[in-house]
Amino acid sequence: MPALLRRINEAAKTKVLTVQEYFVLAGKSLRFIAARPFYAQDVVQQMDEIGVKSLGIVLLTGLFTGMVLALQSSVQLKTFGATLYIGNLVSASMIRELGPVLAGLMVAGRVGSGIAAQLGSMRVTEQIDALNTLGTDPIKKLVTPRVVAALIMVPVLTIINDFIGIVGGNIIASLVVGLPSAQYWRTVWVQIASDGFTLRYVPNDFIQGLSKPFVFGGIIAITACYFGLGTTGGTEGVGQSTTRTVVTSSILILIVDYFITQILLSLLTYGA
Amino acid sequence: MAPEQRSAAVRKAIRSELAVDAHDEAHAADAREGEGKPIVELQHVSLAFDVPVLDDVSFVAHEGDTVAIVGESGTGKSTILKLILRLLVPDKGRVLVDGEDITPLSFEEALTVRQRMGMVFQGAALFDSMTVFENVAYPVREHTDLGEEEIEQRVREKLEFVDLDPDRVMEQFPAELSGGMRKRVGVARGMANNPQIMLYDEPTSGLDPLTTATITRLIMKLQRELGVTSIVVSHDIRSVFRMASHVALLNEHHITFFGTPEEMTASDDPYLQDFLGGF
Repeated sequence: MPALLRRINEAAKTKVLTVQEYFVLAGKSLRFIAARPFYAQDVVQQMDEIGVKSLGIVLLTGLFTGMVLALQSSVQLKTFGATLYIGNLVSASMIRELGPVLAGLMVAGRVGSGIAAQLGSMRVTEQIDALNTLGTDPIKKLVTPRVVAALIMVPVLTIINDFIGIVGGNIIASLVVGLPSAQYWRTVWVQIASDGFTLRYVPNDFIQGLSKPFVFGGIIAITACYFGLGTTGGTEGVGQSTTRTVVTSSILILIVDYFITQILLSLLTYGA
Repeated sequence: MAPEQRSAAVRKAIRSELAVDAHDEAHAADAREGEGKPIVELQHVSLAFDVPVLDDVSFVAHEGDTVAIVGESGTGKSTILKLILRLLVPDKGRVLVDGEDITPLSFEEALTVRQRMGMVFQGAALFDSMTVFENVAYPVREHTDLGEEEIEQRVREKLEFVDLDPDRVMEQFPAELSGGMRKRVGVARGMANNPQIMLYDEPTSGLDPLTTATITRLIMKLQRELGVTSIVVSHDIRSVFRMASHVALLNEHHITFFGTPEEMTASDDPYLQDFLGGF
């Protein structure tokens, strides 16, 4: 029995240490944003990797999600003669929830795995050690630019995802349901306006829809860098780091999404 | 073969190896005679992870010395390099670089100390997303305020020093180079900021005999022309005997021998003779 307890104790300690290391990495990478030298070129390069190169996958996801939302909701709303409200439903779902979460999950799959694989390969081929020996802090050079780029680009991708999703809803509403586009877009705006404003002009839906991807961007980049830099065991280890990154960041996105929603719903005055 | 006969045969073979390049031998002997100030010093260093790795290890590398660390696999040779770079901190003892104890330094302070060193990794560890030019220019860009023209001049100079044609290789990526060329680019990058100390981790492993000889000559050229202090971890006893002013033999977590190659061959220590006989 003491042996079992010891094992449980060791396992618990390891988990706590992992969480501690994760937050230390997050703290350092954010602290280095304001520390010289600035790797501006690396940030721009990562913005291209994370943002521009993810555009295709995000556009497709957004378009078809909006289309399927409109299609499914039209079936249900038709029974009540309320197909007029398709725009409300699509915009609320896309801006508040599906846009941020789907963009986050897509970026976690495409970019998170890429970052983990790249840093993992650099670790096993001693390139991270080489950076250290050349007097460069690998966190400053590799982690901070990726975190900054993700913090900027995931919200941008989400905005695009939201918009394309609503456009997808418009296509189905017009072609399948026969709802005029002007009517559709009016209901979209009515929905956004009905959820209230913060500081008079900023729609609450936008606050919710943009604060989430900002946090998701940080989660994706830090998780990927954490597992990438911690890679051991050669190419097999690289594969494991990649898998762990996608699984962990996806789960974190879904869990954190719930808590952000809970917090924002209690902070923002809806319907005001 | 009787043990005495075997020892004699080993010594003969090694002496003939030492005589391969008379110029190099004379130069290595010069380095042994004129000991300068201590540049790298390990004082009673012990380190353990789950099991002991190093136990009470001490040695000194003087200015211009080339100290080769040899020993069986897994005896902690590369760990010594990591201690000198302060990538690891010893459990006990001190590591001094140019008289300064680097063990209590913070991570940021250690980065500054590392700028005085150049490291050549076993697999070269070139940044595979960068060209040869960007690899060699990296430490210069990172730690100097030189303009682009001066950086290019510096990169060309270093590539020429390692016998590579800058015009041919500068725009190539590491994946396009042979193993020997990658090692030479690794040396060029390591020496880009004219370091006081060069560290080599298995610089000749996995290379053919001709390329091995080229890399060995390169390490000697660095020491001869620039007076760099070198610490070389190697399994290649032939190269070690050509380039080293002193040899440290690691066995069972201790340094069981530290001396010149001649002293090593003259030793009657059975383990040492067995070790040399293995080559």
